[in-house]
Amino acid sequence: MSGREAILRRVRGAMKVHAGDTGRAEAVQARLANAPKGVIPARGQLARSERVDLFCKMAAKLSASVERVSASEAVPASVASYLRERNLPAALRMGADPRLVAMPWNQQGALEVKSGASDGNDEVGLSHASGAVAETGTLVMTSGGDNPTTINFLPEHHIVVVDAADIEGDLEAALERLRARFGKGEMPRTVNLISGPSRSGDIEQKIILGAHGPRALHLIVVG
Amino acid sequence: MNDRASKPAAPRVGLFVTCLVDLFRPTVGFAAIKLLEEAGCVVEVPLAQTCCGQPAYNSGDRADTRAMAENTIQAFEHFDFVVAPSGSCAGMLKLHYPDLLKGDAGWEARALAFSDKVHELTSFLVDVCGLTGVAATLGDTVTYHDSCSGLRELGVRAQPRRLLASIEGVRLVEMREADVCCGFGGTFCVKYPDISNAIVTKKTEAIDASGAKTLLAGDLGCLMNMAGKLRRQGSKVEVRHVAEVLAGMTDTPPIAGRG
Amino acid sequence: MEITSPAFKQNSAAALADGQLQKALGNVRAGFIDKRRKAIDALPEFEQLRDNARDIKDHALAHLDLYLEAYEAKVLASGGKVHWAESAEDARRIVIDICKSVNARTVTKGKSMITEEIGLNDFLSENGVRPVETDLGEYIIQLRNEHPSHIIAPAVHLNKEQVEADFRRVHTHLPDTRSLEEPEALLDEARTVLREEYFRADVGITGANFLVAETGSSIIVTNEGNGDMTQILPRIHVVMASIEKIVPTLEDAAQILRVLARSATGQEMSVYTTLSTGPRRAGDPDGPEEYHVVLLDNGRSAMLGTEFQDMLRCIRCGACMNHCPVYHAVGGHAYGWVYPGPMGAVLTPSLIGVDKGGQLPNASTFCGRCESVCPMHIPLPKMMRHWREREFERGLNPATQRYGLKLWAFVARRPALYRLATSLTVRALALFGGRRHRFRALPLAGGWTKYRDFPAPEARTFMQLAKEKGLAAKGRAP
Repeated sequence: MSGREAILRRVRGAMKVHAGDTGRAEAVQARLANAPKGVIPARGQLARSERVDLFCKMAAKLSASVERVSASEAVPASVASYLRERNLPAALRMGADPRLVAMPWNQQGALEVKSGASDGNDEVGLSHASGAVAETGTLVMTSGGDNPTTINFLPEHHIVVVDAADIEGDLEAALERLRARFGKGEMPRTVNLISGPSRSGDIEQKIILGAHGPRALHLIVVG
Repeated sequence: MNDRASKPAAPRVGLFVTCLVDLFRPTVGFAAIKLLEEAGCVVEVPLAQTCCGQPAYNSGDRADTRAMAENTIQAFEHFDFVVAPSGSCAGMLKLHYPDLLKGDAGWEARALAFSDKVHELTSFLVDVCGLTGVAATLGDTVTYHDSCSGLRELGVRAQPRRLLASIEGVRLVEMREADVCCGFGGTFCVKYPDISNAIVTKKTEAIDASGAKTLLAGDLGCLMNMAGKLRRQGSKVEVRHVAEVLAGMTDTPPIAGRG
Repeated sequence: MEITSPAFKQNSAAALADGQLQKALGNVRAGFIDKRRKAIDALPEFEQLRDNARDIKDHALAHLDLYLEAYEAKVLASGGKVHWAESAEDARRIVIDICKSVNARTVTKGKSMITEEIGLNDFLSENGVRPVETDLGEYIIQLRNEHPSHIIAPAVHLNKEQVEADFRRVHTHLPDTRSLEEPEALLDEARTVLREEYFRADVGITGANFLVAETGSSIIVTNEGNGDMTQILPRIHVVMASIEKIVPTLEDAAQILRVLARSATGQEMSVYTTLSTGPRRAGDPDGPEEYHVVLLDNGRSAMLGTEFQDMLRCIRCGACMNHCPVYHAVGGHAYGWVYPGPMGAVLTPSLIGVDKGGQLPNASTFCGRCESVCPMHIPLPKMMRHWREREFERGLNPATQRYGLKLWAFVARRPALYRLATSLTVRALALFGGRRHRFRALPLAGGWTKYRDFPAPEARTFMQLAKEKGLAAKGRAP
């Protein structure tokens, strides 16, 4: 008997059930199909502009820096300022996200824009969020060529563009968006829910930023 | 609570005195009777009571515990209410007896009916009798320790403080971490004396830091543990059961004497 | 690493005498408790979420076989592989086989209690594979060859001077003159050292906080990002998870996530909550080429359908030990194995046997604080009592204790004898207690009087006095 058979048999034996019990199977199918939501905190249940304000406020509490711009055209200039202000080299890594690619990078002539996954030698990475959650100031990032996952973790500074229209009130709503985009029961390789820059409290319980992931997280909220 | 609405005119209360009060501090029992009678109850003390069974229960001896539970239920079930000056004994009777006797055709229903009648003393006075204050006076700074079972099993927290606040001349100060265990834990303090000592030492530090002259609580086990430690440390803080103070019966020397 | 749970008493004595440890444990009390309180105060729906989290887990456990099958199907559909390990030995063998399949030399590890439980690191080392812990706390204790002392904060028992000493001892390629006085410097050094390891690793092993049946995803939560580096850089990502980690849907995971971080560290969300599903997709520029999930039983199925089933709801938040007066006194290593505090006291006997782990559920005052803060409403004291019942049935508790209790029970079951015995004892004690109303020493009460005075009783029992005053009643009511 394989490990699989042995374990399933022991589980069924312990619960005194049979594999063929249709009542149980229906209950499981129903829950998987309907995915009931549960308790959604009131905090994020706001009208759009208040939701965006809440998102910015919660993200800032987590030590992310937050900037708001009115249109995506303003992003390259904003990124260039960020780099200048921190004496960072005028270079960044980003993926093939069409929303990023469409931005007027040529207006920032001095800025070197490298494309693709990060190999660990980038000081600054730029991504576009798939979505965000106002309740906790959380970004939703999905893997793939548009926004390679390595860009979320390897650079020292991570700059993320968030569309105000993509900011949901709660995590459940953000998950529903994923379902709508990828299909029921389907997921990309990695979904990162990111809340602030990396940190550790493992030495004497003192919280220090910049553990293994980025030391700094900068959000540019568009719209 | 709706107990007030369903309470008959002069409720008949069976006092479950608890083995510790019985053996070590009868004053607490008499204070309880005084408080209950002043609140309009008729109090009786069934002779057949002995121990609630916690020591056996917490040592894994269900059989002996059951025997003691059956004895207790039989002695008390005919009263309107069963009141104990102890959160841990009241919790045992109210929550754990039904657990113990679950599934037993004869005793399950009796245990449940009995459980409905069980109350810790101060919560009974406030929540059921509707008592809002007592006539005692005490010119003293006191602090109150929340015994674990009373707090977490029965929700006893505001009631003793409410009654204490009504005492003329008293000043109630809160110690830090008043709701943290004192380290008694019944058999725990003799099975793991070193750990128990570490816990009670933190508790006495908090008591001393509160500035209170008198320590009160609703459970004699906790009180004996804390009093014994305070005396050993040479502290001047005096220790009494909250019932003694509420009933104005403070002639008896404090628990473990004075510093 | 050996199991020393049977030596809990000796371990505790050492812990109580360890001044450095006692100072470090102060951080646990103040830090975790206050932060959790603040987070809960900021979320009015917290209690409802707790109830819902419990119900979700109960439902999942009641249908565990079906959800495991559904989960496996989705993992396979996404291109991943699923391995079923009945025992620790099976799990170790599966992992080493995966490592050998790519001639792995270095393995990075995200924090996983399961891998501690099965002794994976030692086994890998013995078989020519070098495991590198990447969670900072786990990395530190790996250098010291210790078990974690807390399931969320593995190095909570250490001060920064100790960490500095270990870094200097092991990171010999770095200059002696460097300053490591501040925690920031220690973190920076760990970041640099481990960054190289992440790229060196052939296989990355993570645990899983949740396995989602709906999508075949595994979820980990970290603050450092180490679990992410561990899984996206190497060729192979291995997820180690015990079977009770299954939840049905993404929404179910979201519900429980809301109570997890708040209960653990007082954060609303951990910095990185990552959902991993299968290997990299065609066209992905990064991500592992292979994704393996090792489902571990190792005693979980034996808990189902028993009085210990509720323990399978545990989400490893650590709130119970953060609030436990016994843990505050002795710390995690005293418990002798991987799981300390109240959850360790319940789980350890299940996993290593009550004969080896039985001390742990005895070392509790039953104050109930653990249960009151457990986000999954696990009745921890009740289950510790069940272990005591099992021990009692097997006669495992010490003889003196058994006889003492038997004597008490014998007398307490006979009211007339009880009256007699107690009045005699009390009379004697009161006589010896004298004017000071207490004893500094008392025969048979050495455990008590070593540290405390013993209060003397009043001269007569309550029942004697009540009888005299006509308050006592013999029989039933009219």
